[in-house]
Amino acid sequence: MLDVGRHPKINVLAYSEVVDFNGEIGNFNVKVRQKPRYIDASRCTACGACAEKCPTKVPNEFNFGFDDRKAIYKDYAQGIPSVFTIDPDHCKVILGGKCGVCQKVCQAKAVDYEQKESFVDLNVASVIVATGYELFDATQIPEYGYGKIPNVISSLEMERLLSAGGPTRGHLSRPTVIRGEKRLKELPKLIKKAEKDQKEDQKQLLEQEMKLTEEQVHKYHTAKKLAFIQCVGSRDFRFHKYCSNYCCMHSIKEAIIAREHERETESCIFYMDLRTVGKGFEEYKVRGAEVSGLKYIRGRVAEILQDEEMNPVVYYEDTEKRQVVGMTFDMVILANACSPSKGIRNISELLGVELDENQFVKTSPNNPLDTNVPGIFSCGCAQGPLDIPESVAQASSAAARAAEVVMTEGLPIAV
Amino acid sequence: MKKLVQDDIRTGVFICDCGSNIAGYLEMKELVEFAKTLPNVVFVQENLYTCSEGGINEIKLAIPRENLNRVVVASCTPRTHEPLFMSACEEGGLNPYLFEMANIRDQCSWVHMREREAGTQRAKVQIAMAVAKAAKLRELNRIQLSLSHRALVIGGGVAGMSAALALANMGYEVDLVEKRDRLGGILNELNMILPSNEPPDKLVNNLAARLHDNPKVTIHTGAVVTKTEGYVGNYVATIRQNENENKIKCGAVIVAIGAQPLKPEGLYNYDGKKVITHIELESKLKQGDVQAKNISIIQCVGSRSKERTYCSRICCMTAVKNAILFKEASPDTKITIFYRDMQMYGVENEQLFRKSKRLGVRYVTYDPDRPPRFDGESVSVHHLRMGRDIIVPTDLLVLSTPLVAQDDASEISTMLKVPINENGFFLEGHVKLKPLDFATDGVYLCGNARFPSTIREAISQGLGVASRAAGVLSKEALFTSGIVADINPETCCGCLGCVAVCPYGAINFIENRGICQVNKVLCKGCGGCAATCPSGSARLDGFSNQQIYAQIEQAMAV
Repeated sequence: MLDVGRHPKINVLAYSEVVDFNGEIGNFNVKVRQKPRYIDASRCTACGACAEKCPTKVPNEFNFGFDDRKAIYKDYAQGIPSVFTIDPDHCKVILGGKCGVCQKVCQAKAVDYEQKESFVDLNVASVIVATGYELFDATQIPEYGYGKIPNVISSLEMERLLSAGGPTRGHLSRPTVIRGEKRLKELPKLIKKAEKDQKEDQKQLLEQEMKLTEEQVHKYHTAKKLAFIQCVGSRDFRFHKYCSNYCCMHSIKEAIIAREHERETESCIFYMDLRTVGKGFEEYKVRGAEVSGLKYIRGRVAEILQDEEMNPVVYYEDTEKRQVVGMTFDMVILANACSPSKGIRNISELLGVELDENQFVKTSPNNPLDTNVPGIFSCGCAQGPLDIPESVAQASSAAARAAEVVMTEGLPIAV
Repeated sequence: MKKLVQDDIRTGVFICDCGSNIAGYLEMKELVEFAKTLPNVVFVQENLYTCSEGGINEIKLAIPRENLNRVVVASCTPRTHEPLFMSACEEGGLNPYLFEMANIRDQCSWVHMREREAGTQRAKVQIAMAVAKAAKLRELNRIQLSLSHRALVIGGGVAGMSAALALANMGYEVDLVEKRDRLGGILNELNMILPSNEPPDKLVNNLAARLHDNPKVTIHTGAVVTKTEGYVGNYVATIRQNENENKIKCGAVIVAIGAQPLKPEGLYNYDGKKVITHIELESKLKQGDVQAKNISIIQCVGSRSKERTYCSRICCMTAVKNAILFKEASPDTKITIFYRDMQMYGVENEQLFRKSKRLGVRYVTYDPDRPPRFDGESVSVHHLRMGRDIIVPTDLLVLSTPLVAQDDASEISTMLKVPINENGFFLEGHVKLKPLDFATDGVYLCGNARFPSTIREAISQGLGVASRAAGVLSKEALFTSGIVADINPETCCGCLGCVAVCPYGAINFIENRGICQVNKVLCKGCGGCAATCPSGSARLDGFSNQQIYAQIEQAMAV
């Protein structure tokens, strides 16, 4: 990312979208809308003084709401371009109120509340569609309780929890504990207020909540008993029939990392087939069992319920023992399927690019980068689920196809 | 170069506030006053942001104005900002290697946010260290080299053909070397390919015709590369074809030598007739030579085992493909696939998997600790799902054996000085981020030589590797970094310690002189050799002992 940001021949248009498109191979005209950041990107040095002083807290969507960001923010420290952005839905000034703190503290004079959207016109010989994917929305599977049972989380939520730069600085706290810790800071004030207002019933309720929350936070400080559920939304005839390719490996990886953080962690991975097809993957899986004590259980999970201590209980059929079993865990991590991105329909209509029946960009086995439009190529999860090495390799491939166009069609070459 | 004596050294120090990132936690005024007291320092400036246009300009203007011959910036991390400050020095008329950086943000203000006084002390030491090292810096130069814009592709399978064609289409001359007498590699042995549902000859012929028609491509069939000399941009390769040897110059080399199916000698009474490998099945099908009505296919024969730990990636889909073809040709053929995990990853494979089940292919899971047995008439196995033994009458047993490395893989690895892994597959520079590059510049890998791949993946990797190689071939000239290692030929005793640690294959042993020599084009300046050399003959420019000692002295002086 840093290399891209610094490359003299790469013009990064972030926070932008394609709004108009026409032309043909060797000569495409593209109109790009740049959304207003309310920051002059040429001045911002990403020092972060603005975010430090901004008084408006907003749930941080990058960390799935496990912590807060400010109304002037940057998703994460290493992001490229290294520029802050004002969230117009929450900034007091942009909503018509009074504040202006960020403008006052910004010594680079980069804050511009009046900034408008702008448009950039590009003329290019070739286009690469690399719009990626979206995480499958697991609330569509009610029997897994995602969204209702707090300690059932998605694979990306798990990634954030394990990240040293994440909401818990890499400590594996489960959601009821994270929220509990936050609540414990508010409760004493609320109890005092109830006492002052002489609302005895309310006070008792709050005190009871305090006791239960304290227990929860204390007893489950670190989530140690983990279940990973594979094929959530994939290989499922109700949703995506396809296999999402990378989830077996990321679950194994997350389980191994959790164990590295906390020696007592025990993880079970519930799977249909453990697909470890990449270079070194099978070896990694075997090491997961031998060194990190992972248990691989072949069986599809039927239902997840919750006990009185907010622990998820997983009911599954163990196909090797041929019995239905219920097992209690501290936390359940779903391996959400790789869904086509919602914006792909719009892009495909603008570009005239065909999608397949799954809404991924359609390519063919012998021309794996080419779309139906000459000069437009696609790579990565835009054309179907792929793991990192394959995506990186494909990105180079798409670059080669585009280079063939740029270097032959666009500029005549001497033979 | 004019030798600088200590008295001539005039150092300028620029201390960055990084907004409040540094200034918020350290006493900047104190740092400025302290820097002024350091030896050789003639100019000190505090910037709000040294990296801003204003800050960069101040460096550029101060160099001639203050007659500076060393510049130190105390700010953030060199990882992101060193190139910027170095080019500012260059634009100001100073050799960019007379620049030194002190990371007083990541290594100081950020980690000592709550210890203002101690943090400030520490920043002082870091600045003193940088100033001391700067005094010992010498001018270094980047060497400019010309290069050949031609590419050599070793291996004429689908990956190598795709790579050669893409490079030719970009306008580069390509030599494609195939050891067999025709292009196509392992595809020549296959019967049909799914999901494109076509004979592989069609794909091979199409690619081969386009290569033959392309004036940029020279195809050498029945030929091998016997020797390569040189380095990125400037290789000389010897190609032997029918007893004739000729030498070609090229700038980049692509390894696309493929892999071969394992012959399962001694397993399941393998005889090549009634018990065959899946590649042999393909050949038989191609010749229309399969009469069997009860076909059993066993997966993971010789793979995912103690002996060969990896999953060969393509055998499950090969088995499913052939099962589908059988079922479509004669629906009453009974096909049973004995497997551990069906590795039908992704969209297309899973689709084929579903189709095969719809057509009535039977799948039986087995436990690797209790593998199937074959007595010549039937396969018996403990069915893991049913929990009991089953017997499946079998008149043709197909063994899905893995792809293994080519016999000449290790020879080619030695010739090009690029590594192979424990299974004989070529080892990429980074498994995730550099799948098609070697750590050594100018040599690239793709297809089955890297790891078993589907045809789609091999084509994609072939194209990808073309773009990696074009990254070098498209350059008008190559520049070395100034920070490279050097070995003193007077004191080198030829112990090869440096050769063993160099990850980039940048050190050669000169046999007739019995010494080691650094190839400055390939050297990445990691310093491994300098740290290893027992006689102190290897040194890294920009990180000499003298320079490091000067830094250590300052660190210890506090």
